[in-house]
Amino acid sequence: MSLSRKIAFVDLTTGKIETKPISKELRRKFLGGRGLDMYLLYKHTKPGVDPLGPDNVALISAGLLVGTLASASSRTHVGGKSPLTGYVGSANVGGFFGPEMRLAGFDHLVIRGKAEKPVYLYLHDDEIEIRDAEHLWGTDTRDVQDLIRQELADDDIQSLCIGQAGENLVKYACIRTSIKNAAGRTGIGAIWGSKNLKAVAAKGMRDIGIAQPKEALAYNKEIINQVTSAKVSKTMQKLGTPFIWGVTNSTGLVRTRNFQLNQLVNADDIEPESIEEDLVGTAGCFACQVHCRGKYFIKEGPYKGTYDEGPEYTSQGAFGAEVGCTSKNTVLVCNHLVNYYGMDNLETGSMISWAMELFEKGILTLEDTGGLDLTWGNDETVIELVHKIAKREGIGDILADSPLEAAARIGKDSERYLVHVKGMSNLHSDERPTPALALNIAVSSRGSDHLRGRPAIDLYHLPEKVLRQIYSNPIPYDGPLTSDYRDYEGKPWQVMWQEHLYSTVDCLGICKYHTVFLGPNMPAYEEWANLIRLNTGLELTPEEIYRAGERGYTLERLFNIREGMTREDDKLVDRYHDEPTPLGLPVVRGRFIDRDKFKIMVDEYYAHHEWDENGVPTREKLEALSLNTLDKSGSEPSNLV
Amino acid sequence: MEKVLVVDAHKCTGCRLCEQVCSVMHEGSVNPHRARLKIMKWEIEGEVLPMVCRQCDDPPCRDICPMGAIDKNDDTGLVQVDYDKCIGCRMCVSACPFGAMDYDVVGKKVMKCDLCGGDPQCVAFCDPAAIRFENKAKDSSNARRAAAEAARAVQSEKDR
Ligand code: SF4
Ligand code: SF4
Ligand code: SF4
Repeated sequence: MSLSRKIAFVDLTTGKIETKPISKELRRKFLGGRGLDMYLLYKHTKPGVDPLGPDNVALISAGLLVGTLASASSRTHVGGKSPLTGYVGSANVGGFFGPEMRLAGFDHLVIRGKAEKPVYLYLHDDEIEIRDAEHLWGTDTRDVQDLIRQELADDDIQSLCIGQAGENLVKYACIRTSIKNAAGRTGIGAIWGSKNLKAVAAKGMRDIGIAQPKEALAYNKEIINQVTSAKVSKTMQKLGTPFIWGVTNSTGLVRTRNFQLNQLVNADDIEPESIEEDLVGTAGCFACQVHCRGKYFIKEGPYKGTYDEGPEYTSQGAFGAEVGCTSKNTVLVCNHLVNYYGMDNLETGSMISWAMELFEKGILTLEDTGGLDLTWGNDETVIELVHKIAKREGIGDILADSPLEAAARIGKDSERYLVHVKGMSNLHSDERPTPALALNIAVSSRGSDHLRGRPAIDLYHLPEKVLRQIYSNPIPYDGPLTSDYRDYEGKPWQVMWQEHLYSTVDCLGICKYHTVFLGPNMPAYEEWANLIRLNTGLELTPEEIYRAGERGYTLERLFNIREGMTREDDKLVDRYHDEPTPLGLPVVRGRFIDRDKFKIMVDEYYAHHEWDENGVPTREKLEALSLNTLDKSGSEPSNLV
Repeated sequence: MEKVLVVDAHKCTGCRLCEQVCSVMHEGSVNPHRARLKIMKWEIEGEVLPMVCRQCDDPPCRDICPMGAIDKNDDTGLVQVDYDKCIGCRMCVSACPFGAMDYDVVGKKVMKCDLCGGDPQCVAFCDPAAIRFENKAKDSSNARRAAAEAARAVQSEKDR
């Protein structure tokens, strides 16, 4: 059965490896993936642990449904205490690794300690080998995967890995697999680098048992039809996430030149239709029929002929709008380079755009930049800075640190120009006209983050009736909901609901594009209850599944509080409140986030979560989620909180 | 008319859903390494190619079998293994030029595509239609039409 997969504890200092089964009880409480990771993170780290020290953990997990017949059951989660924020470190990735890890017999890995020399892990047939990786150190994220396949003489091997950025402890280095898949955020790649862990490879022959194979096969077909018949999926199949840009930039919802403008003009070259011209096809993650990743070859310059995948919407923002560049080639080249070196495209672009604003303001000078001209829209500079950050060369060494560390190193009021929450940079979306989206990034458990709770469908002007159907399921809700994305009413509930939805999805290990993220008619709790039953045999009600997602999310909150977070951290930078949007359609022009109304939203959001006015989960809530009872066996999360 | 799996590699997204459903159809559990087809990839070059059994007219897997366990059905064209006769010597595995005859280390038996008894699941699930179940003549007529269309575009460009 798929539920027989184990947790392995690997100590890189001593070389000791231990495995433990995952109890049904833990499954029912946390499902798997991200939620169970949070349990392990809480339990296996001490308060105040140094993110880059040997006592931090590197977590890897497959969600409950990974590999099973559940449309896009591809997702792996990685985690640890974040070297970027000092709070929850956690990132999700598609590709093919998760299913392979389960085939090898494992659902969760807790890696601690530090290897004396570079190593990689090889998971196969219920075994884990710690193998020498000295010859792989210094390789990029593509070569290393290829070299491991060659070395082990097996085409089927799937690997998670770091590139040079992770080795060099770039604070936002990511974990990568295949050509394009990245567990991008919160700097987990730097944790691996600090442990001398270059990669984790897997190949397995153990069946993933399906509880009711015939029924699961037929039901999976229904779910796939439900997903692929949605309009948004059809668009994604063709254009990938760059399609979003077509709407957001023309409306004026794209933060441009760091945070000076909210629309990139004269940017036809990076419109989705223009990017589509360069695509030679699309690629999908395991068992996914949305296949949102473009495939392209770089057409000009020194990288001409190089193959890569993407670009994502994020890259249009990071290497387009934010830095004031309007060239497709720059977007495609930078997208390739961050993939190659293994670092978060979003954070990379944000750090560069911040540096460019500092240059404009005279806080950084040619002397600081080593002669690099950081004028807005300077394509060569942007590309050069990506290299410098990955290698920690010159000014790149400062920009490779976390936003707050970099600001401390530069000083001179530079922090004022950072666009971040809890020390993690914002996506290039401009949330000033959209309070729901603004609230989401302000309160998210891993710092500014759209994938933790963004009610993206809030932008669709859906009728209240439709919103109510979505947002009062499976937990009843009869408070306000409004179709106007500029409104403050009802948004806190939407944000909380989405937080629990994404948390659940990440515990299940399926892709968010197959759920209520960009499409309102996508599968949710009802469907997941069926998928869980048919695939794993576990009987869970939609509400129980919702609560499992909520439990994981609450544990993230508790972890952050343990690490020193307070209500003070659930905030936006001042510019959201003080600088109205200068551009865009009349509906979004002149908008800013009202301070008083924002405070009310945060209060309401806490109240919906049943957290007190300081954002601390109440005793009653913890009891309701059974996150409080003391259990001496230590197998319950209770002993944690 | 004999129907076979027809592959259109350009449409394949490399998602391996076909491998997944194939293994469930035949083994009742997910294990892409026990699927009867395989998606080959050259990741760094961005290329993929689904490899399927060709249901050969003159199948080397059949010819080499010392037990006469492999046989080609005259009506359907399906090349199939009779497991009552098969001794698991894997001669057929070495004879197949496509690696389409494979050895299942879990089930301890040779395995090949049986077209799911006439309703191939890889085809049923492949949304981009990179694998189709078509009569044999279609393979060439599809390619011919695609090539002809390209040539015609050039032609009419010249004529203009
Ligand atoms: S929608 Fe995109 S990210 Fe999600 S599983 Fe499919 S290909 Fe991967
Ligand atoms: S299901 Fe179709 S698109 Fe996906 S790998 Fe198989 S042949 Fe390719
Ligand atoms: S298994 Fe190989 S040799 Fe036999 S029919 Fe299929 S492709 Fe031909």
